[in-house]
Amino acid sequence: MFLFVLRRIAGMIPAMFAISILAYTIIQLPPGDFVSTYAAQLAESGTIVDSARLESLRDRYGLGQDVVTQYFKWIGGIVTRGDFGDSFEWNQPVTELVWDRMGMTALISLLTLIAMWAVSLPIGIYSAVRQYSVTDYVATIFGFLGMATPNFLLAIVLMYISTMWFGASVGGLFSPQFVNAPLSWAKIWDFITHAWIPILILGTAGTASLIRVMRANLLDELHKPYVEAARAKGMPETRLILTYPTRVALNPFISTVGWVLPALISGELIVSTVLNLPTAGPLLLQALKSQDMFLAGAFILLSGALVLIGTLISDILLAISDPRIRLS
Amino acid sequence: MPQTPMQSEPGAPVLRVENLSVEFPVHKGLVHAVKDVSFSIGRGETLCVVGESGSGKSVTARAILQLIAEPGRITNGRILLKDKDGAGETDIVALGNRGRAIREIRGRRIAMIFQEPMSSLSPVHTIGRQITETILLHEKVDKAEARRRAAALLDRVRIPNPEEALDRYSFEFSGGMRQRAMIAMALSCNPEILIADEPTTALDVTTQAEILALIRELQRDRGMAVLFITHDMGVVAQIADRVMVMFKGEKVEEADVFSLFEKPQQAYTRALLGSILKLERPAPRPPRPEAEKPIARISDLELHFPLNPGFMGRPTAYLKAINGVSLTINEGESVGVVGESGSGKTTLGRTLLRVYTPTSGKVDYWRGEGGVVDLASLSRREMKALYGEVRMIFQDPHASLNPRMTIYQIISEPLRTNTDMTERQMQGRVRDLLTRVGLPADISDRYPHAFSGGQRQRISIARAIAVRPRLIIADEPTSALDVSLRHQVLDLMRDLQAEYGLSYLFISHDIAVIRYFCDRVAVMKRGQIVEMGDVVQVCENPVHEYTRTLISAVPRPDPRLRLQMAG
Amino acid sequence: MSEPTVQAAADAALLDQQVDASRLQGASQWGLIWHKFRRHKLAVFSLVVVGFIYFVALFAEFLAPTDPGRFDPRYTYAPPQSIGLFVDGSFQPHVKGYSIELDQASFRRVFVVDPDVTIPIGLFVRGQSYRMWGLFETDLHFIGPLDPSQPFFLMGADRLGRDMLSRTIHGTRISMSIGLVGVGLSLVIGMILGGISGYYGGFADRAIQRVIEFIRSIPTIPLWLGLAAAMPREWPPLQVYFAILVILSLIGWTEIARVVRGRFLSLRGDDFVIAARLDGVSEYRLIMKHMMPSLYSHIIAAITLAIPNMILAETALSFLGLGLQPPIVSWGVLLQDTQNLRAITQAPWLFIPGICVVVAVLALNFLGDGVRDAADPYAK
Repeated sequence: MFLFVLRRIAGMIPAMFAISILAYTIIQLPPGDFVSTYAAQLAESGTIVDSARLESLRDRYGLGQDVVTQYFKWIGGIVTRGDFGDSFEWNQPVTELVWDRMGMTALISLLTLIAMWAVSLPIGIYSAVRQYSVTDYVATIFGFLGMATPNFLLAIVLMYISTMWFGASVGGLFSPQFVNAPLSWAKIWDFITHAWIPILILGTAGTASLIRVMRANLLDELHKPYVEAARAKGMPETRLILTYPTRVALNPFISTVGWVLPALISGELIVSTVLNLPTAGPLLLQALKSQDMFLAGAFILLSGALVLIGTLISDILLAISDPRIRLS
Repeated sequence: MPQTPMQSEPGAPVLRVENLSVEFPVHKGLVHAVKDVSFSIGRGETLCVVGESGSGKSVTARAILQLIAEPGRITNGRILLKDKDGAGETDIVALGNRGRAIREIRGRRIAMIFQEPMSSLSPVHTIGRQITETILLHEKVDKAEARRRAAALLDRVRIPNPEEALDRYSFEFSGGMRQRAMIAMALSCNPEILIADEPTTALDVTTQAEILALIRELQRDRGMAVLFITHDMGVVAQIADRVMVMFKGEKVEEADVFSLFEKPQQAYTRALLGSILKLERPAPRPPRPEAEKPIARISDLELHFPLNPGFMGRPTAYLKAINGVSLTINEGESVGVVGESGSGKTTLGRTLLRVYTPTSGKVDYWRGEGGVVDLASLSRREMKALYGEVRMIFQDPHASLNPRMTIYQIISEPLRTNTDMTERQMQGRVRDLLTRVGLPADISDRYPHAFSGGQRQRISIARAIAVRPRLIIADEPTSALDVSLRHQVLDLMRDLQAEYGLSYLFISHDIAVIRYFCDRVAVMKRGQIVEMGDVVQVCENPVHEYTRTLISAVPRPDPRLRLQMAG
Repeated sequence: MSEPTVQAAADAALLDQQVDASRLQGASQWGLIWHKFRRHKLAVFSLVVVGFIYFVALFAEFLAPTDPGRFDPRYTYAPPQSIGLFVDGSFQPHVKGYSIELDQASFRRVFVVDPDVTIPIGLFVRGQSYRMWGLFETDLHFIGPLDPSQPFFLMGADRLGRDMLSRTIHGTRISMSIGLVGVGLSLVIGMILGGISGYYGGFADRAIQRVIEFIRSIPTIPLWLGLAAAMPREWPPLQVYFAILVILSLIGWTEIARVVRGRFLSLRGDDFVIAARLDGVSEYRLIMKHMMPSLYSHIIAAITLAIPNMILAETALSFLGLGLQPPIVSWGVLLQDTQNLRAITQAPWLFIPGICVVVAVLALNFLGDGVRDAADPYAK
């Protein structure tokens, strides 16, 4: 088991490397080097351009040298010093901007993931066992609707409804008085009262498809010979279904993290932009629009890393749950 | 020496089935899976229910435990189980398929084992967990006691290291071991009746013999009634006290096993037995010429598959699928290759045609137009030139015909690539071929799904002989067919042999079919030939120990031979 | 390997199949697929819906009452009109005109329907002229006011007083074609890479599989956004359109490659393919005549299921302002207006393109499911 985890962690390294290259490619994509862009921006806003400072920037990022060297300067800074470069728009080191935001994104994604599992598991099981029942149909319809509705649209509709009917707008993750307050129970409670809205919006699409996945997995298992064999032993039906087919169907369900998590993070970026949450989304969008590429690159790199870590955890869970993986 | 088995005075019936009917509603209609079937089974007795696929035998077995799959249901009849005290009877039909009353019977009074040992045990629970669960369900014992009993049961079904085996998963066991574990689980609460639904069909013949012996032994020990479902008359002859024959949901005939084999009363039973007995002795064959002329000579053939991709794609372990095989096939001769699953017999056939490229060794082939080539080292292009004369017939007639092509397209394909025929000539040739294999000539624009298994196998044969066949590798050509069709296909192949002077390499797991069809036979085990010789010689006086085990394990369709086998 | 648990059901189904088979003996693959597909009622209905949507996309200029860019500040956020059929007891299809009042409380302009103004409308009317498919000039419109200068807003108007109906119809063309063309591009990449992967196996397969796994593990939106943001602002709309197509296809091909690879992998070992090889068939013919026909229906299913994902992706990208840009009109571009909370409280009909997205995506998914279930009519 320990070796298994070690092997998986080792397996992450090339993927992480690939993501970093991708992120750096995106940093490099906009035409012209970013120091010149920065200088142009400064000039535009009427600030006096300090040529010595520009020169030091050029030197720091290895501009003028070949792309490979530039890449290694960038990634070397991240790996050794946690230095993601500077945000030109905010005039701050990227590090100071990303961690809080990325942490919130990770927290919201994780909470949503847990909520999705908690909801979709029982409904999926019920839908499969009582196939073609009213609940099954409702779950199926909800499932398709959830899948077909872009989550930003859902966010807007929810905002519209709350404005029209409740006269209050939704948005943010904290009430104003808590935004800069230190961590306290009151702040956590305030967070919960705010966070359920993005979680609800984000979770809808994923929950719908997870219900379908669980339902299909379980339907495949329900007619397997081992279920009939267990029935022939005289097991009560409910216990039988929970002990055997559900247990087996759970394994592919666990491995859905691999695609649910990237989708969640994608969705979180859009929804948080609509709801204006203090997470990575709005900042990333802003950074991309103003071509503040080091900031954007850091977000892209970190969201890739987040997915890798999530997948690693789900792989470990899967190995714990499925002896066929653990023992082969 | 024939001897009446000890169950000749069967105990009082423990289970009586009266006028059982089961129906399945299907798209626009009803299927009567079981129609008005009655039978009974006594303590210590084995009743075999025998029939071909679709005869309703499995449904009957499931009805007894109320396990019929939705949307099927019992529409009529009673299933009466004698109460423990012997006073009254319980009607299982009246209990319904849910609730405590039926669960008290399942697993405790009537237990069941199934066909697929591979999938009848949960893959994510240990064997021990699954057995103790049954005990804990039905009896008031603590976990430690249940575990102790489970270990004893595994020991009883002769699973080595039972304590350790309890903590292992089903996928760590072989098929035979899994079926043993299934049996241990079924016996865990000392049931009065054991229902065995084709328990050995998925197993190799030597494993089958062991499992059958085990079931019989356990039955004697415990005085259980056994309801044994099978399609194999050989198995029936070996294990049954009484036999019930079913056909299309109806009971055709019921008799004790000796009378049934000696004096079958019904036409269906007679036909069924007849087609099996026909395969019991070799078909008449012309004597072999004095001086044999070889058509193919395999020398020291080896084929290794890498077992793991290994570090940097370099494998570290190999499966030696063919491990030094030498074999000669003469002109006009049929050479059989017999072996159990995993023996490498199918791989051998495919390697000769270069579906796989051999690791080492030679396959000399004497070409039709003269000259000898080494099939093992020919290039793809050179090999292609031989595909018109070295042909293959596959096991599964459903898988070997492309469902998306018409019969004409399928049969004309080798003509298209190996001859210069025009479309018109090919049409004529396909008609001739269809007639030759006993099919109507006007079916060539139909698709394979319109034909039965036997017809499809004839189409496969037509494809094999389309160009100018000399050597045909027949890979289990009759295994997927119903018993009644087998000798027909074999006879067709034999006629074609006489007509074209064909040589066959005939691969099969079924020694009876080989004995019927072949001149010589090679016995394969783990990629090697362990014995080789004249087919009658090998079947009657096997020299190698494995061959002896293999041949004695084959259940013969003659109940008088059963004691020899048990010996 | 038979499935013993459902033995009975399978037996019954087999009988059922034989009944069918007798009717379909001479039927080809497509005949059997259609037969199976037809039983899936929702999928058949969805086929009609999808057909209708593409019909709208195809004839957008003709079906739209006006040009999507025509604006009239007088009618900012004008509410939808409803069609009346009779005027004074005689048949005259019409809509009612607007009058504008000032809401005293909020000091906003409010439209009220003016019952006195009747705007007669008709089918096949003359209106603004346009070039149909760039081929010929005409001014025929499916529906519109008899007098083109009269206000006609069946789905209301937007901030600039543009007709939402016309814009949505034109948006349909862009959004649906992005889906179709994007999938076409994905198909080419997916077929080639999936085919190589599944047919040849070995190192190529492992390498391609790694790439697919990697791409699927990246959160798509940040990646798309990153790529889209790198597009120069000064690119003309058509170039942006194709750039977005390429960006979406870069990720969309993986699913098609997965399907193609899986089918090739299993086909490669199928007896009938080995049989064809042993008939001496050439590599090209083996793939094209013996393997590909088993693939078409699966590919169609994969495509149908990939289109809605493309549509959703384009919508999200355009919504965030990094996809298509005005003056191109797509559903996503139209939905940009809904970001303004005040606008949608005043004009909820701005949500209509969103409904179109949901309907199109739903219908394509149902259709795809139906095709997928019918794709292998020979499966037991």
